[in-house]
Amino acid sequence: MIRVEGVSKRFGRNVVLDQVNLEVPDGATTVILGPSGVGKTVLLKIMAGLLAPDQGRVLYDGRRLGFGRFADNRELTGGIGYVFQGGALFDSLTVAENVALPLEETTRLARTKIRERTEEVLRRVGMAEHADLYPRALSGGMARLVAIARALVADPRSVFYDEPTTGLDPAIREHICAMIRELRDDGKRAQVVVTHDLAAAGLLANHTYMLRAGRLVEADDVRKEDYEQAYT
Amino acid sequence: MAGVSIDLPSSKANIPWVKVLLAPIDYLAFLVRSLAAPGYPGRTWPRFVAQLWNHGVGALPVIVVTSVFIGLTTAVQTSYQLMGVVPKYFVGMGVGRLVLIELAPVLTGCIVAGRSASAMAAELGAMRVSEQIDALEVMGVDPYRYLCLPRILATAVGLPVLVVVTEVVAVFTALLISASMLNIPASVFTYGVTHFFMVRDFIGGIVKAVLFGLLIGNSGCYYGFGVHGGAQGVGRATTNAVVLSAVLILLVDFVIAFIFFNT
Repeated sequence: MIRVEGVSKRFGRNVVLDQVNLEVPDGATTVILGPSGVGKTVLLKIMAGLLAPDQGRVLYDGRRLGFGRFADNRELTGGIGYVFQGGALFDSLTVAENVALPLEETTRLARTKIRERTEEVLRRVGMAEHADLYPRALSGGMARLVAIARALVADPRSVFYDEPTTGLDPAIREHICAMIRELRDDGKRAQVVVTHDLAAAGLLANHTYMLRAGRLVEADDVRKEDYEQAYT
Repeated sequence: MAGVSIDLPSSKANIPWVKVLLAPIDYLAFLVRSLAAPGYPGRTWPRFVAQLWNHGVGALPVIVVTSVFIGLTTAVQTSYQLMGVVPKYFVGMGVGRLVLIELAPVLTGCIVAGRSASAMAAELGAMRVSEQIDALEVMGVDPYRYLCLPRILATAVGLPVLVVVTEVVAVFTALLISASMLNIPASVFTYGVTHFFMVRDFIGGIVKAVLFGLLIGNSGCYYGFGVHGGAQGVGRATTNAVVLSAVLILLVDFVIAFIFFNT
């Protein structure tokens, strides 16, 4: 269980998050909706320990997440897979090397085991035949798929997706939604998806929240007009 | 300033005087964090060798060219100052000691700062902007060990070697111009260089070079890590990394001079 308690964050005078509370249960997919620029990514980065809140705290199974240069949250979180909006792949590494990186750097697994696991996740996302390409040769959708493979390779306890379907063609969008649903139905890990894609949210979520004016509200409490107002 | 990343709420860390006061501590904490980064040394080694090749071997051509001019200019200037006042071998002594103690470490340091600190700041800054550093962090890969440690070690190890190259090339070039154009026989010049050679001068220059290397690598990584604001931020970080490296080189040069050579 990931619990966000009273988290606030501001940039200069702009209050992005204002006393946000959220519970993300294990084995379920939580979707945070909201238009672009509302602070969804900021919230996700705070939950992943990448950005320190001004106030509040984030708890993993009741234990407080650390922030800052000397924080090491690996044991606490049980591993986080994070799919960045732009993929955040390393230019100098091939697709296979990008995906293998977490295992290469954080485990003492034998190279053959790492290769097998890398091939397995690349097959799962449908990118096995592109293993030797460099990121510059990939389309946006393919980069997103490789990013998902990299997020899953170390079998993390939580997976965070930042706008996983934005700007993709319908086929890849559907493919990514199907993968997130498949992982949701596994019930092995907590997933958090932030998106402004209402249709995708409906397909993926066990729980849906909406971020508006720095506040998080449960989607059940949001009227259709509120959605429309938020997006206009 | 790269942006104070000591654990402070952003409301406090953005106050200008807090930034100024904490900047030196933040800079040193960054260096300590990078050098003390935990992990398997075997994994860092290949990245260190790649960086050493890039920032050490890659700098050789420009270092050799500048060393030639250092040697030529130093010989001409020393000869201009001393000829007719003291015996000719003093030109060899002046060139040798000046190059060993001062010119080779400081000028090589400044060239490497311009070349490597800027490259590191730009490279890491681009990685910060495209969230690659965040990706490392969230994967559990220590970005300080993965990115900073090999770069800082590469400049700390590579710069002393480059300084020795500068010393050899500059003194040899000075010998050539002295013998061919300044009317100082090669044997007299060589006598001046070797007779007044002191191990302390050489060691002092190497100690400086190691410290300059640490500071150059740290400045590049520090500003690269602190980038925000896209391409403009990367440009600012690159400039700041070079400027800070140059200032720190001169500052440390004075401190070492005071400790090693103050009589």
